[in-house]
Amino acid sequence: MKLIYEKSRAGRRAGRIPDPGVQVAEVPAELARTTPPRLPELAEPELVRHYTELSTRTFGIDTGFYPLGSCTMKYNPRINERAVGLPGFADLHPHQEDEGAQGALELMWRLQEMLAEVVGLDAVTLQPAAGSQGELTGLTLMRAHFADRGEDRTEVIIPDTAHGTNPASVAMAGYTLVRVKTDVRGNVDVDDLRGKVGEHTAGLMLTNPSTLGLFEERISEIADIFHSAGALLYYDGANLNAVCGISRPGDMGFDIVHYNLHKTFSQPHGGGGPGGGPVAVRRDLEQFLPVPVVVRDGDTFRLESDRPKTIGKVRGFGGPFGVFVRAYAFMRMWGPGLRDMSEVAVLNANYVLARLKGAYDLPVDRHCMHEFVVSARTLKREHGITALDVAKRLMDHGFHPPTIYFPLIVSEALMIEPTETETRETLDAFCEAMLAIAQEAGDDPQMLKDAPHTRPVTRLDEAEAAKRLLVRYGFDEHPTSGLDE
Amino acid sequence: MSFTSLTDEDRAAMLAAIGVESVADLFAEIPAAVRLDRPLRVDRALTEGELWAHLCELAGRNSGTGSELSFLGAGVYDHYVPAVVDAVMQRGELLTAYTPYQPEMSQGTLQAIFEYQTAICELTGMDVSNASGYDGTTVAADACYVAKQTTGRTKVVVAQTLNPQVRQVVRTFAPGFGMEVVEVPHTGGTTDPDRFGAACADAACAIFPQPNFFGCLEPAPELAAAASAAGALAIAHVDLMTLGVLEAPGAYGCALAIGEGQSAGNHMSYGGPHFGFLAARSDYIRKLPGRIVGETHDHDGRRGFVLTLQTREQHIRREKATSNITTNQTLLAVAGLIYLSWLGPQGLGDVGRACLSLTEHAKRRLGLPLAFDRPTFQEFAVRLSRPARDVIRDARKLGVHPGYALGREYEGMDDVLLVCLTEKRTAADIDRLAEVLRQVQAVAA
Ligand SMILES: Cc1ncc(COP(=O)(O)O)c(C=O)c1O
Repeated sequence: MKLIYEKSRAGRRAGRIPDPGVQVAEVPAELARTTPPRLPELAEPELVRHYTELSTRTFGIDTGFYPLGSCTMKYNPRINERAVGLPGFADLHPHQEDEGAQGALELMWRLQEMLAEVVGLDAVTLQPAAGSQGELTGLTLMRAHFADRGEDRTEVIIPDTAHGTNPASVAMAGYTLVRVKTDVRGNVDVDDLRGKVGEHTAGLMLTNPSTLGLFEERISEIADIFHSAGALLYYDGANLNAVCGISRPGDMGFDIVHYNLHKTFSQPHGGGGPGGGPVAVRRDLEQFLPVPVVVRDGDTFRLESDRPKTIGKVRGFGGPFGVFVRAYAFMRMWGPGLRDMSEVAVLNANYVLARLKGAYDLPVDRHCMHEFVVSARTLKREHGITALDVAKRLMDHGFHPPTIYFPLIVSEALMIEPTETETRETLDAFCEAMLAIAQEAGDDPQMLKDAPHTRPVTRLDEAEAAKRLLVRYGFDEHPTSGLDE
Repeated sequence: MSFTSLTDEDRAAMLAAIGVESVADLFAEIPAAVRLDRPLRVDRALTEGELWAHLCELAGRNSGTGSELSFLGAGVYDHYVPAVVDAVMQRGELLTAYTPYQPEMSQGTLQAIFEYQTAICELTGMDVSNASGYDGTTVAADACYVAKQTTGRTKVVVAQTLNPQVRQVVRTFAPGFGMEVVEVPHTGGTTDPDRFGAACADAACAIFPQPNFFGCLEPAPELAAAASAAGALAIAHVDLMTLGVLEAPGAYGCALAIGEGQSAGNHMSYGGPHFGFLAARSDYIRKLPGRIVGETHDHDGRRGFVLTLQTREQHIRREKATSNITTNQTLLAVAGLIYLSWLGPQGLGDVGRACLSLTEHAKRRLGLPLAFDRPTFQEFAVRLSRPARDVIRDARKLGVHPGYALGREYEGMDDVLLVCLTEKRTAADIDRLAEVLRQVQAVAA
């Protein structure tokens, strides 16, 4: 379909703003714009049609099943959207004085309290903008902690199953990365780990359950190894949806935890975000949390910035407030029943796993938590069908594909996370599709190689995109104008 | 409420398929020592109706711009958000999709991002744009990381007229990047190019705002030239809404342009979520953080869009990635795109001229001494006869929030008030502000 710039006609317009009715002023000539930006020019009806058409070419959780492992694509309650739009929330200026923002501050404070209880830690900052920013914040807190104690620790240990954000965050926080292996049961290899922990170790970054969808059975032992070496444990909360009300990172021995509010607590993922990545810490790390901190004095709430040992600020203002409203609404509707949420997520995942077991390879044969990883390695060996082909063919069956090629230690990995919000009928339909594809791999492999067959476009050439590097519309000289007409 | 749908019969059938007796068996691998043996201590579950009443009560205790005549700006701006933006954003497909890892399933999101990248490039005069950072503070830290990786240098120079929060975020993350931060004080409300240039020796990058935190227009072309002459990447931190009337950073030689996108089509929402934009000259494309969408073709020769240059990204490059960004602010960036499309070039210019004209009108109408004798855009700083915080407190009692107390962040400015005018304010609003300021200043005089 056409780009909005290709629909644009000089002189058309949608929005108008009121005439201010005061004397007109101009910016000094030497700072004034010389070439007007070529923004789209069209009237409002065409504008709405354009973006509505784009929406029809997008698959969201409202459209259907979206079992993207590690991303927790769950249903987003509609009340959340109505709530963020409330005038007292949407039109509240972040520099408003505390006494003019009591409702917002109380919501943030209550959210902090609930989040702390869920992970079993003492203090929470809501500020980070996403999980990866929570990681960078947590690692910066680690640095502050060791600097405060006059210790020079330079290394952070990460399992080879870790998400790419973990190593990237370690590098950005100025630490050296040390990798630890996974054992045959899919746990962190504790012997390998033991040999890598020492006086230079600042900490461990771990998600539990892991990206294989497995609970670390020896987590307490791992915590002991680190704590006795004077190091800290960081919990990547991307998989928290599996254990809410069941097992708490604080009780497992973690000192710092990030949440992905957009996963566990139902933020719509909006084509890539926004998200929220609050961080919780044990009491002795509280002094380093970013400012401002929401504080309660009796019946009133205020933002406190005067904290001498703070790491500073990691994002503007108190954090992505609209995300807090949604997470708060979601948590209040579940209450202590958050435990049931996790139970159903885990039941759904194990059910799908049980049904797919015969047709796909299992790297580790254990019960999974809220997600699991299978491999298409036999399909590849026998029929040349890769995880990518399976993914593309699933689209024809009306499903968004799972995460593929992650975690890195499993070849032809397919990582499936159904979440708690799907019906048994949906799970069954998905399993039927996966089983049918395994069958098709033998019967008609070329058909799978050519998939998808039912989307607005067939398989896209990613190599061409990286070679041409056409990353903006080129107007008059655009090479492909009109190609798709 | 219920967001799950398993019946007892479903559960029984599923447990049987798995081969376990109960859901508890699925958790058997969790050691008893780390199992929570009590219910979570959180308030009881609310029905949707109860929740709505509670949220309305909380929202009702906030003083937004719907209940108070506000002249607050200082980094977040009360521009009008048209209905079309909210309506399109609520389309479930756009709202509830995730990162377009599977392009055939996500052409809508990908095309929208491509269109967004184009709009950002047009506005900033740059060649390439990423698909959004978190906000206007974090993109500044991102830009420093780009500068370190491209120049190999470790010094960051920032103008003190840059939004204090932006400077704070840069200071938080720079040590981890192995960088140190040097701030250049202002001279009468703007940054002196000679002083700025001198600080830029051996610097990786130099960041200055346009307009600056005091509302003043910086000598941006001279600042960019001074930084570049010293071999530092010149980075302008700009407001999209000014770029219909102010020159684009690309046109005066910046290597990168960054900023807060909230002012374009996003609600103030007590500070977020908003989006940060980051655009650059094409030389830097392989060092940019985050998502970038590129145009390509499918097997049948049809145009399509995909995430591209993913070898920059954390999921491929891991510790060698150009950033750790995954979840970003795509939805808000698309809101910005829709808003900019709604305004068009004419509308964007109109907003800029309206803000500027109202500001000049307010300066005359208030008749208070200006803190700085410089041209301004949509904010200006005035000196009061009392501490600005006290004036704000008293004015709010009369239903007017007169602005931001610059003493919150700058020493020696306790009596300075930063007043902001967007196109939503009117001449009558300015009359009301003048009247209230007269009243509350008289109290103490
Ligand atoms: C295991 C894991 N860790 C960290 C992250 C990063 O979180 P975010 O995308 O919120 O930055 C993700 C998801 O992207 C993840 O799946």
